[in-house]
Amino acid sequence: MIPSIKQTSFFYRIYHSYLVLFFLFLAAPLVVVAAFAFNDSLFPSFPWEGFTLSWFFSETGEKIGIFFDSELLESIALSSAIAIVTTLCATLVACTNAFLFERYSFPGKSFLYVLMLLPLVIPGVLLGVSILVFSSSVANYFEDYWFIDLEFLRPGLTLVVIGQFAFITTICTLIISARLRKFDLSLEEAALNLGATPIMAVFTVTLPYLKPALIGAAIVSFLMSFENFNTTFMLVGSDAPLTVAMYERLREGSTPVLNAISVLLMLGSAVLAIINMSMQKKA
Amino acid sequence: MLVSSSTASGSRSRIKLGMWLLLAPLCLWLLLLIILPHIELLSFSLSDPDEGGLTLSFYGEFFNEPLYWRTFLRTAIMSILATALTLVIAFPVAFFIAKMIKGRSKGILFAMCLIPFWVSELVRTFGWMILLRESGVISSGLQWLGLADSGVELLYTDATIMLGLVYSAMLFMVVPLVSTLDSLDDSYIEAGYDLGGNNWNIMREIIIPHATPGIVSGCIIVFMLSLGNYLTPVLLGGKDSLWFTEQIYTQFITRFNWEQGSAFGILLLLLSSLIVWLGLKVTGQSFTKTMG
Repeated sequence: MIPSIKQTSFFYRIYHSYLVLFFLFLAAPLVVVAAFAFNDSLFPSFPWEGFTLSWFFSETGEKIGIFFDSELLESIALSSAIAIVTTLCATLVACTNAFLFERYSFPGKSFLYVLMLLPLVIPGVLLGVSILVFSSSVANYFEDYWFIDLEFLRPGLTLVVIGQFAFITTICTLIISARLRKFDLSLEEAALNLGATPIMAVFTVTLPYLKPALIGAAIVSFLMSFENFNTTFMLVGSDAPLTVAMYERLREGSTPVLNAISVLLMLGSAVLAIINMSMQKKA
Repeated sequence: MLVSSSTASGSRSRIKLGMWLLLAPLCLWLLLLIILPHIELLSFSLSDPDEGGLTLSFYGEFFNEPLYWRTFLRTAIMSILATALTLVIAFPVAFFIAKMIKGRSKGILFAMCLIPFWVSELVRTFGWMILLRESGVISSGLQWLGLADSGVELLYTDATIMLGLVYSAMLFMVVPLVSTLDSLDDSYIEAGYDLGGNNWNIMREIIIPHATPGIVSGCIIVFMLSLGNYLTPVLLGGKDSLWFTEQIYTQFITRFNWEQGSAFGILLLLLSSLIVWLGLKVTGQSFTKTMG
């Protein structure tokens, strides 16, 4: 089964066809989504009516391109804002978590570590509703007893950020811890010997070493936030981020403008993926 | 640990201070966003909105109404089936990437497995809708080939949901499998053959035991993702998809029956914890090792 052990050519033929089928299976949905963004028809389906870019650039008519669809454009801006805030918070807290788990030992550490991993196995929908229930209870309490209206604890953008932060932080912590574990402590000691304070040593030696992991964690968290649906869907108010807006359009019956936006999303993800991979390679 | 040139007691108290400063955000995050919300969910599910006090009526409702517990059971069984299918489909691919090729082509194939998952789940599901619906690509292809007279609706069946679940979770099976298989030394496999083993023996006695940690962590993640999936059953399964997360959504958002929704949430949490615990117990793995 490994190269040094030969199998019959029949075996290899079957195996290789299986792999080809597997990769076709992986690629098929993405290819059709992209292809129909350029079909000059009102529906993302056959027959092929010819090539067009109107689902991107058309300003008026029944085909309004993505760059002129104000509703979708607003939802993209909203998703970006959510993703940026979530990324900043998650990366920062993940960084402190990584230092805590890699550098200190204290009673209850392994218990806290298990707790820290839990968000990975809580379904996103549940994480969403539990935060919804809790924040509403807190908001009701403040309203009933203190007559303070905490608007940000009601379904809306702040709650979406909070919900996404709750599980993205775990993933970022794992990414940053993995690199911090490989750090050679003697480098930090050298900085201390040369007269640096511990804080200076961390900022001038350790953090630059962590940079690839920090950027990797930031990219992953940006994408996860931007593309998240389950948790977001439970916590949105009246403003719809991109995934929710797309989902609602999809239920109404889709036009190829959704394909066009999918193409943009794929391009965006590809760029971020390439940046991430090259960062990890250099590291 | 950071040790400065100042006095020992001074540096120790600084270490203590640093630890507390790092401990604070972690504890706030876990307490406010994970632990308390789930406790609140539990207390909601047990509270009586009309009279106050405790009640089990929302759990009773779950067992009395066949639609609810059947949906629950169906979600669990289909998730287990999806996990098994994903494992069977992913294993040969992971084995090929980890053991049968080297160098550049290995990196490229591995990246090809990763790429689709950088794209939003919504986009991937949309792709399957374009492929499978009555006016979709496969249906058109069948008509063009003369295999069908009119449009064939391939959406809205259990098989479609299964396909979507397997597709959306594939990566999370391939990655742990590749990383455990990568660490298996070829010489063990060669030794197995030298000792007269056949393909089947080697697979059962060398490869699968070695890959068990990867199989367990892949299965746990895939199972959780399937159980908690919302988009795939709703979009590919249509109105009759009967997925439990859909029930939770309906209770919370459509019917505004938060107590019932909370009870459903707790039941789903119990089910997932139970199955993960069983999986770890049976295979003798630890949670921390498997997930971290």
